[in-house]
Amino acid sequence: MGDILAFAEQKADQVRPVGNEVVSTAARRAVELGGSAHALVLGGPGVGLGARGLGGYGAARIRAAEDNALAEYSPGAYASVVADFVRSSDYDAVLFPATAQGKDLAPRVAALLDTPLAADVTRLEVKAGELVAVRPVYAGKALARIRIQASPSVISIRPNAFGAEEIEAEGSVEALAPKIPADDGMRTLELLAPEGGSVDVAEARVIVSGGRGMKDPKNWTLLEDLRHALGPGTALGASRAVVDAGWRPHSEQVGQTGKTVAPTLYFAIGISGAIQHLAGMRTSQTIVAVNKDPDAPIFGVADYSIMGDAFEVLPRLTEEIQALRAEG
Amino acid sequence: MDIIVCVKRVPDTETRVRIAQGQRDIDPAGVKYVMSPYDEFALEAALRTKEERGEGDVTLLTLGDEGSLETLRAGLAVGADAAVLLKGNVTMDGLATAKTLARELADRDAPLVLFGVKAIDDDQQQVGPMVATLLGRPCATNVASFQVTDGVVTCRREVEGGVEVVALELPAVVSLTKGPSELRYASLRGIMAAKRKPLEQKTVAAVPSRITVDGLDYPPPREEGRIVGEGAEAVPELVRLLREEANVL
Repeated sequence: MGDILAFAEQKADQVRPVGNEVVSTAARRAVELGGSAHALVLGGPGVGLGARGLGGYGAARIRAAEDNALAEYSPGAYASVVADFVRSSDYDAVLFPATAQGKDLAPRVAALLDTPLAADVTRLEVKAGELVAVRPVYAGKALARIRIQASPSVISIRPNAFGAEEIEAEGSVEALAPKIPADDGMRTLELLAPEGGSVDVAEARVIVSGGRGMKDPKNWTLLEDLRHALGPGTALGASRAVVDAGWRPHSEQVGQTGKTVAPTLYFAIGISGAIQHLAGMRTSQTIVAVNKDPDAPIFGVADYSIMGDAFEVLPRLTEEIQALRAEG
Repeated sequence: MDIIVCVKRVPDTETRVRIAQGQRDIDPAGVKYVMSPYDEFALEAALRTKEERGEGDVTLLTLGDEGSLETLRAGLAVGADAAVLLKGNVTMDGLATAKTLARELADRDAPLVLFGVKAIDDDQQQVGPMVATLLGRPCATNVASFQVTDGVVTCRREVEGGVEVVALELPAVVSLTKGPSELRYASLRGIMAAKRKPLEQKTVAAVPSRITVDGLDYPPPREEGRIVGEGAEAVPELVRLLREEANVL
């Protein structure tokens, strides 16, 4: 009892950083429950090898389901393999990342297991031997403290909200023989990948967001420059106003009708800070605001603010960060 | 081909959330309720599909209290043909909601069931794929647009900055995100016509929630920030603070 299973999301048979975060979160809570954390990774042949490092994040056992049919994410096959494994074991909880894949997969697994799902949780604690979760509602305008009255509980955690702690430990990888379900009525026809393989704004470590103050979609080159200077793991974000105006795609929108985010560093450039935008980004660790309007509500949540013209501040900011990177 | 669009009544995004006494719920006083914006995208996609095909009915389905009648009427005014209110409690347990909806959907033979990718109140992104799993139907989530041909719905899913094209055999479940289509609004004639459209109300057996909400809290206030300075001259100091004080660079 007290064991927690962590679904370790992988890409190209390598565990993603968010996979480490889920395993580490599971490990820290499992200790408090008097159990241990196990990791489950699904992928093509060889994925178990790529998952060995999960021991260093606290996974006492690492189970790898390797099959060509699992090399790419497929909802029917993944949900079935995860649910089969959970049914054959005795876990108090199953943790997923609230990533694009996790948000697609966790509800299906929960339905197969007939257990409720607490989605996009930002805090998870053990109180009186029970898991208590906190999840934002109304895009973060309020926080709900909840408990799941079923076992196992299925929980998805918001990327970057928990962090990953490395420990001195090794885990053993054991192969599973997954039973792949027959045709699930869904076929992937093509994948149109973005150039450079961009990071989803909901998972990015750093976000550079632009609003109306950027004045014209052409000026996004300035935000792109800053994004490049900040390096990999940085995504572009946008306010609802500029998405509604057709300047940026909806997939970049941060806020109640877009994505709710918790990056380490959030730049709000030319964003005044409508209530539904603030709700979606206020759990960011550090917020930087650049705005001309001294009364902009964004200054109320920002840790560091520069009052001024984005077109003067941005090039200088990019330059300074490039210089910092060059120093190493 | 008939299409069912599952919708939810939620507080408008501009709502300033106030937590009610007892801390279990929000105070509904002064809150403007609307159809969840993603459900509006789903309704729009359904109406366009019906127009392209020149046949089939679009039916709205919701679980909620009588307040949801207003949301259903708004959807009828925009162009849906019929609406069904399942009278019951909506809780944070999405699986309980999914079971109630799935029971109703199993009794109806609409080949295509649409959801908004998420309701903007609880924001859990789960009921659509749960319903599909319970019904044993294929499901694509986060779909920006789709096309129905010869018993197959071909969907363009938004995935990590890219687009994945998937084909689902009907009957199927699709959850919609914002797509390329502009939303239509209710005309005066639409609002009048809505009054004559079928609006069914049923009381359904409650599926008990297995998620307990112990309380609602306001997010903790952020620590007071500081104005680093004005204009480009403030940038070096900002970068120093990000590196040395916040440790984020």
